[in-house]
Amino acid sequence: MKKKFGYRVNILLFLLPALFLFISVLIAPIVMSAYYSLFKWKGVGPMTFIGFQNYSDIFTMKTVNAGRTLKNALLLAAFSTVIQLPFALWLALKLAKGIKGERGFLSIYFMPVLISTVVIGQLWIKIYDGDNGLVNVALRAVGLLGEKDMIVWLGDKNIALWAAFVPILWQYVGYHMLLMYAGIKSVPPELSEAAMLDGCTEGQLNRYIIIPYIKPILKVSVIFAVTGSLKSYDLIKVLTNGGPASTTEVPSILMYRQLFLANSYGRGSAIAVLLIALCFAFALLINLAFKGDDTI
Amino acid sequence: MSSSAKESRTFAMTAGRKVTFSSVIVYIILIIWALTCLFPVYWMFTFSLKDNAEIFFRNPIGLPENWIWDNYKTAMNIGHMDKYFLNSLIVTVSSIVLTMLAAAMATYAMTRLVWKGRKMMNKFFMLGLTIPIHASVVPLYVVLSRVGLLNSYWSLIFPYSAFALAMAILICNGFMGDIPYDLDEAAFLDGCGVWGIFFRVIVPLMIPAVSTVGIYTFLQCWNELMFSTIFNSGEAYKTLPVGVQDLCGEHKADWGPIGAALAIATIPTLIVYVLLSKRIQESFIAGAVKG
Repeated sequence: MKKKFGYRVNILLFLLPALFLFISVLIAPIVMSAYYSLFKWKGVGPMTFIGFQNYSDIFTMKTVNAGRTLKNALLLAAFSTVIQLPFALWLALKLAKGIKGERGFLSIYFMPVLISTVVIGQLWIKIYDGDNGLVNVALRAVGLLGEKDMIVWLGDKNIALWAAFVPILWQYVGYHMLLMYAGIKSVPPELSEAAMLDGCTEGQLNRYIIIPYIKPILKVSVIFAVTGSLKSYDLIKVLTNGGPASTTEVPSILMYRQLFLANSYGRGSAIAVLLIALCFAFALLINLAFKGDDTI
Repeated sequence: MSSSAKESRTFAMTAGRKVTFSSVIVYIILIIWALTCLFPVYWMFTFSLKDNAEIFFRNPIGLPENWIWDNYKTAMNIGHMDKYFLNSLIVTVSSIVLTMLAAAMATYAMTRLVWKGRKMMNKFFMLGLTIPIHASVVPLYVVLSRVGLLNSYWSLIFPYSAFALAMAILICNGFMGDIPYDLDEAAFLDGCGVWGIFFRVIVPLMIPAVSTVGIYTFLQCWNELMFSTIFNSGEAYKTLPVGVQDLCGEHKADWGPIGAALAIATIPTLIVYVLLSKRIQESFIAGAVKG
């Protein structure tokens, strides 16, 4: 009996470090976020229970405007799905066919994923710079921009969002390409050989054999692209920090602003909870969409 | 020559070797995209060695006329890149060690020790693969500030380890499954307890898992920006991404030293990538497929 008790204590001791980390950093905070989101609270001092008011406040208060941040994030998700993913798929299909320099191209395309977003962001700030940025220098050189004129790419309310999207989409093409490439490489060669012998063209082979075969990976890519866009923080933080006039703000930046500039922990938590709920909802929806559609 | 070998050769010929107009176009697009991926890094290294006059007027994208290595000295002296580099290293290595230890211990308890609920426990940990870090920001900030751990190494080591844990357990599961159970039994008959078996038999055989977990955790921690800007932006303990970001904000006008700072932050990643490109790519694929 005593030995059995000791065995159980040992099991618990082995689990303890992992359980401690996991519960204190992942599980408990989710519960706490949900709890905080129901209060008006400055982080210190009294907490006032206000029910779901934070959730309506973040949309109705002009100074918060969570609606705009969601719109920006969803727009990014849309661009990611209709431009970035198809391009990544095209690259993966071409590379996986076994062209010359396949490994080299693959490694180069993947490189931007590994470089710090701060570095990528700072480089693009320089590329976009109004006076001396490469984009403006190039435009001046070909005469599309006057010698003394400049476009402030990241500072103009009408174009900053689009300008900020470019590096974000650019950086992660390689990531999606890598996933899809791995998927295509796992297609049994007999399958494509048989199709080729039956007279399939390359387009037909991709359309009827390869793409259906890698559907599970495409699903993962779509989920990553959409939830990644909803959660995006790093590059926007570096490039514009949400400006000019909050036009490029995304939910995570708004959450940061509510916490540290508006000192509203309740609203910050509400944004976090909403964001997590949206990510799970979209992941579920995309799962369902891929399940329902077996005809591809 | 057997007929199947002949067939596969004709297949390869029709699929890959024909030089057509469209295959030339494909190559051109592939090369252009490769150049857009390489260009920012190339440009960073060249302007890190130039002065403003050269970058702005004489020579924006060419190789430097005079290689101004002083920019790197400036980045070190004014930008304290060496200090942030060390901070990043301490945080990343500690996170890897903590993650590895916690994951190996938990995996041992869930796969080699027999008890009810061990499968459930494993599923519980796998929840960690889907939880976004945003969920933790506010509560962790509150708790860390209460216990006085904001702006310390721990404010990053704990969260990084916790978020790397699920993947690490998954990896350890695979590696530990390959260790024969006979070894446990032999050690048991030699008088080892569960701790003895773990530290003398399992841990030495788990060394190959360390590199896989290490790569994965390194990639998660080294460039992380959200936790590091929120929990650890004080001067003493901040990591490279925050340090570079602050430096760039303070010295907007000095492009050369900024380029040098960016290069210093990028070089380790590039070296690791050149040495381990295949393993890194594999770990990303594994992470996506399992997650």
